[in-house]
Amino acid sequence: MVLSFTERGIYCAAGDFYIDPWRPVDRALITHGHADHARWGMKSYLSTDAAAPVIRMRLGDINLETIAYGEVRRIGDADVSFFPAGHVPGSAQIRVEVGGEVWVASGDYKVVDDGLSEAFEPVKCHAFITECTFGLPVFNWTPEPEVRALLNAWWQSNAALGRPSIIGAYSLGKAQRILAALDPATGPILTHSAVENTNVVLREQGYALPDTIRVMPDLKAKDHPGALIVAPPSALGSTWSRRFTGASTAFASGWMAMRGVRRRRAVDRGFVMSDHADWAGLNTAIAETGAERIFVTHGYTSVFRQWLESQGYDAAIVETEYDGDDAEDAA
Amino acid sequence: MKRFAALFTQIDQTTKTLPKVAALKTYFEDVPEDDRLWCIALFSGRRPKRTLTTPYLRGWAAEKAGIPLWLFEEAYPVVGDLAETIALVLPPPTQESDHSLSHWIGVIKSLPSLEEAERKEVVLAAWDELDPTGRFLFNKLLTGGFRVGVSQKLMTRALAQATGQDEPVITHKLMGSWTPETATWQSLIDEDDPAADLSRPYPFYLAYQLDEEPEDLGVPADWQAEWKWDGIRGQLIVRGGEHHLWSRGEELMTDRFPELAQARDFLPEGTVIDGEVLAWADGAPLPFAQLQKRIGRKSVPKKLLAEAPVVLHSYDLLEFAGEDIRDRPMAERRARLEALITDLPEGCPVQLSPTVPFASWADLAQTREGSRDNHAEGLMLKRKDSPYLSGRKKGDWWKWKVDPLVIDAVMIYAQAGHGRRANLFTDFTFAVWKGNDLVPFTKAYSGLTDAEFKEITAWVKKNTLQRFGPVRQVTPHHVFEIAFEGIQASSRHKSGVALRFPRMSRWRKDKPLAEANTFDDLTEMLETYS
Repeated sequence: MVLSFTERGIYCAAGDFYIDPWRPVDRALITHGHADHARWGMKSYLSTDAAAPVIRMRLGDINLETIAYGEVRRIGDADVSFFPAGHVPGSAQIRVEVGGEVWVASGDYKVVDDGLSEAFEPVKCHAFITECTFGLPVFNWTPEPEVRALLNAWWQSNAALGRPSIIGAYSLGKAQRILAALDPATGPILTHSAVENTNVVLREQGYALPDTIRVMPDLKAKDHPGALIVAPPSALGSTWSRRFTGASTAFASGWMAMRGVRRRRAVDRGFVMSDHADWAGLNTAIAETGAERIFVTHGYTSVFRQWLESQGYDAAIVETEYDGDDAEDAA
Repeated sequence: MKRFAALFTQIDQTTKTLPKVAALKTYFEDVPEDDRLWCIALFSGRRPKRTLTTPYLRGWAAEKAGIPLWLFEEAYPVVGDLAETIALVLPPPTQESDHSLSHWIGVIKSLPSLEEAERKEVVLAAWDELDPTGRFLFNKLLTGGFRVGVSQKLMTRALAQATGQDEPVITHKLMGSWTPETATWQSLIDEDDPAADLSRPYPFYLAYQLDEEPEDLGVPADWQAEWKWDGIRGQLIVRGGEHHLWSRGEELMTDRFPELAQARDFLPEGTVIDGEVLAWADGAPLPFAQLQKRIGRKSVPKKLLAEAPVVLHSYDLLEFAGEDIRDRPMAERRARLEALITDLPEGCPVQLSPTVPFASWADLAQTREGSRDNHAEGLMLKRKDSPYLSGRKKGDWWKWKVDPLVIDAVMIYAQAGHGRRANLFTDFTFAVWKGNDLVPFTKAYSGLTDAEFKEITAWVKKNTLQRFGPVRQVTPHHVFEIAFEGIQASSRHKSGVALRFPRMSRWRKDKPLAEANTFDDLTEMLETYS
């Protein structure tokens, strides 16, 4: 076993390190900056150069080393390298090779190119650890150009009526993906501070984001007619959003594919836009690794494992703590 | 279908009433008569007959999607809706078409006359030319359920606006057993006399729960009190020598309760009574469970007729000698009802639901405490000068139910919900202590807020002991107060008891596990209240 599954997280004995651990450890390799993967309290961290600034912003003064995509680093008896996971800007799959055996822990990933995150790269391996947040055949994402068109059409129709448009999106990843999809000619783009803080960091890294206006406490909605506002899901329906009187509300997530979930959110529009792989995406990604052993973590694990077994894989379920409270918001 | 799909999308994308009504109104103004009629029919629960059984649909959908059937079956409960599950798994359409709603309903109606292979061909062709929303709606029509976020009330309001008629008039016109096949726009909407159809019921008047103190209602002398029975609301119509019994859900129940055929012998022509169907023996109502045995059956075996005979407890008179008297005051309607029923011979299944006399609100509050001893759920309060309105309206009628029974129980199993609650754990099994064991005795699904469901979902994920298919056994830890309306001995339940309307009334985070109630407490409740 190149990697094993412990109470603290995914562990590599040959290199004595953990991948995305959920308990304090000496050495942690981090796939990306989301709170359930990059936790506080590790003695040392290793992430991609691209993921590091956001991780620093979120975890403060930590002992963080960085590595370039594709660069190989020897840790103990293990060779470690990071490859794009396409999940959010800077996100990575981690490839670990020990004595010629290759395992890949993919963290969270999506295979479609969102135009902002480094596009997913398949990595050949013997064993592949995969999420399956959307591991059911009912999850089939709308093609990216179509979602973009729907999103812009929604904004334009609201702007034409003089209504603000508020869209709820997780502040790292989804928010920037939406920003990158918008047609700035429609009107001003406003952001909640939680989103803008991430924007500042990503812009400095060179990710191309449109111009935005941070919503400060004294901002008046009427000074920005036809605006689109990007805010974390928790801000929707809060006092913060009340200043945008008469706004049309929307939410962007893979869960919006299901009518029931869309209705529970009680927003005007649900855009099917996920930072995780859909059914076809999961199956393609797994096939392309060439791996025979598959470990499935968070999501529809038991069904997905059964499916993989029926397709001839040696598949097992691994319990992790990656399905945090905000899993639905982040997805 | 595109026009109907657009209407559906507009309705489905908003939670606000005004835009929904506006979208419907525009639809009624835009589309041809047969589509209008079908739209009214669908939004008032009149769906086309189911012409295919769902195993065919599931099989064809899985085949078309290139997945094994078991995988389809696993995905279905997550989505919670068969029509939607099928629409989601199918590959994108390769054709395009824009036939009307009525066209597709015609296609569905034609299926029984085809051979199985042809049926499959027709359905697959439909899937291949409809867009995702169109497919979903087509599947909804095929599978026979059509509850899509528009109440009959909203549809009626839109129709009233589109036709310039009063809402209560439209409501009345849409009651009864019409279908788009039997009705025309002319006969249903344009004609003035809704009573032309002899079986057509009046819209039911529904009461709200009284939350404030009864003192706020004013002088006791202005009010009439009755027991609130736990039966089935029913409207009995005697017209043209026939009788009809309608449920509140506008279902014709005439054949299920043959006892009430006697009404034709006892009641004069042109009589419509509002009342409660109750299983009744020896001068008292039988438990609801007895009545329940009668509900699901279209024909009733003799044994059951003898075991659980029903009566109609009458409390209002809507039509007298063929005249609609709903706008007369309650007191007058009541007097006429009493005159009509008091002299009926013993053994007649149409009986009078008595009023409960009271001098003061305090007096009545005390009487209400005895509701359970009288096999009632509480009291009904009706203003003596009130007309009989249609639908749920505040002001003149109130239900004043007794407080529910409660028991503190431990959550031991959890299961994900479906539909609106598909990725939350919402269905729980609860247990009480029997020595050192926890004995499951009820399930409950409702009563928590969305935030609480989210919290418990996160907890369940981290505290699963074992999985049995979709059911998770969890660490016994959380205590919930379970509220319910009644308790009965039941041989069908392992615990030996069945609760009526159980729900989670409070999450007792303050209560340690060991202090949940015991099986003895439950047994004691059974003895006291059943």
